[in-house]
Amino acid sequence: MTTLLEVSGLGITFGGLKAVNDVSFRVNPGEIVSVIGPNGAGKTTLFNMISGVYIPSEGSVKLDGQDVTGWDPFLLARRGLSRTFQNLQIFQTMTVLENAVAGFHLQEKGPLLADLLHLPSMKARARTAEAEARALLDRVRLGNAAEKEASSLSYGALKRLEIARALALKPRVLLLDEPAAGCNAVETEEIDHLIAEVAASGVAILLVEHDMKMVMRISNHIVVLDHGEKIAEGEPAVVSRDPKVIEAYLGPDSQVEATHA
Amino acid sequence: MTTKRVTLLILAIIVIASPFFFPSNYYYRVGSLIFVNGLAVTGMVILIGYAGQISLGHAGFAGIGGYACALAPVHLGLHPGLAAILGAAISGALAWAVGRPVLRLKGYYLAVATLGLGILVSMVLANEAWLTRGPDGIEVPDLGLNDLLEAVGIDLSNSQFWYFFSGLVLVIGAWVALNLYDSPTGRALRALHGSEIAARTVGIDVARLKLQAFVISAIYASLSGSLLALQNKFITPDVAGFMHSIEMVTMAVLGGVGSVLGAFFGATILTTLPQVLTVFQEYEQILLGLVMMLCMIFMREGLLPSILRALRGKDK
Repeated sequence: MTTLLEVSGLGITFGGLKAVNDVSFRVNPGEIVSVIGPNGAGKTTLFNMISGVYIPSEGSVKLDGQDVTGWDPFLLARRGLSRTFQNLQIFQTMTVLENAVAGFHLQEKGPLLADLLHLPSMKARARTAEAEARALLDRVRLGNAAEKEASSLSYGALKRLEIARALALKPRVLLLDEPAAGCNAVETEEIDHLIAEVAASGVAILLVEHDMKMVMRISNHIVVLDHGEKIAEGEPAVVSRDPKVIEAYLGPDSQVEATHA
Repeated sequence: MTTKRVTLLILAIIVIASPFFFPSNYYYRVGSLIFVNGLAVTGMVILIGYAGQISLGHAGFAGIGGYACALAPVHLGLHPGLAAILGAAISGALAWAVGRPVLRLKGYYLAVATLGLGILVSMVLANEAWLTRGPDGIEVPDLGLNDLLEAVGIDLSNSQFWYFFSGLVLVIGAWVALNLYDSPTGRALRALHGSEIAARTVGIDVARLKLQAFVISAIYASLSGSLLALQNKFITPDVAGFMHSIEMVTMAVLGGVGSVLGAFFGATILTTLPQVLTVFQEYEQILLGLVMMLCMIFMREGLLPSILRALRGKDK
């Protein structure tokens, strides 16, 4: 199996401070790799470098063998990388359906003139995108909320809407930044199933999540960050027993809790 | 019925029905001024309301559109109608060239940069007297369309003709703007307005789309300048002046920058209010400023959205 996402020696410096230093790992198709670590470990910074929001000071990001280090997010999206955000980035004034349709931008866009004059070609493209967006919303149980303003949804529902929007791109690599944050147990389980389903379809998934039960349950591989550096990686069972991880991430007293999780 | 149909219907009714209430021919003149301003403001809705970008220099494009109608017929032998289209093309090209570097700026930086663009155009129009005849202005040839109508038996006075012609152009402009709203490009513009970073992650080329909105709104402004020049048969550099740029933004924001109909109401109020307030003579400007301040304090979303919200509230 060829590696879809390959991160090597990635690092970034903010005003002399190394926020992330020399982080390497790879994600294969159908694999779920989780990045864990205490608050401030550099997980979101790492995500922002991979998705082109920050330009790394060193190292490289390869997407399906191609070096895409420092590419703009919109170009990465066109190469099949999509993501969600820890602190929601929803198109607030648009409806739930329009948010999902926006995810189909690359599929539905066409000549500007067709848009200005509402030519039949544009209407056909928009209709297809809308039908697919509705199907996607059903999949994340938001079908009934399609016509609502996005800003009227609950936090958990918005999290699902972001996942739907990211899936609309039909990505090959999907970055999920705390998809279950603020969700109750039932919602978390739903997101669980959804992620597993997406991975099963061959998408390479990189996950940042604080819900350790979820991480242990669905990850194939875990990368542990602390103070911006990779301190451990491996299968969930191995990582959860690693003394360095327990001390850095879970705290010295959490060993029992962690092994039960 | 969709918002698009309702908006177009209301605009068409206003254009057709208003003359029945006009006490004199003078009102056709005011009406067509409203439509000309409404056209420019519709462009501002695309730029400010859809894309979330600001420009304090769009009167510069109105100036280009207006002077194209004055100069191209004389120097290039173009029909004034074609001159208006040439003006729109020049405005679009200038907006494209200037927009590429300038639209990377955000918020007040963008405001100041576009302000500079507008001032630059009005300075050129005022100072290059060998071409533009300077601050005193220049005459504009007749469009000739009214004579054509007369030949086929439709007899309209000059102000009547310009009233209906401007109204028609406004309705077409509104139709295009409403088409854009509900299209992939419109969705992408509104998306980048909502969250630029999220827009980029779904593959939207943010720089390109902002540029498209800037160019389209410049063409609207240019055509409105052309219409003004053609109906006045005269144009001065004031059309490109700073005050006109501010007026465009104020009309859009006052009426409700998110909607085409709201912007039209903004244009209506700011075009008619000064005429109404003339009875207060020297206090006119003070009252105008006061009305605008009160509107923004109590109806921040703009007049039309605020009124609609209040009406909806009463129904419950």
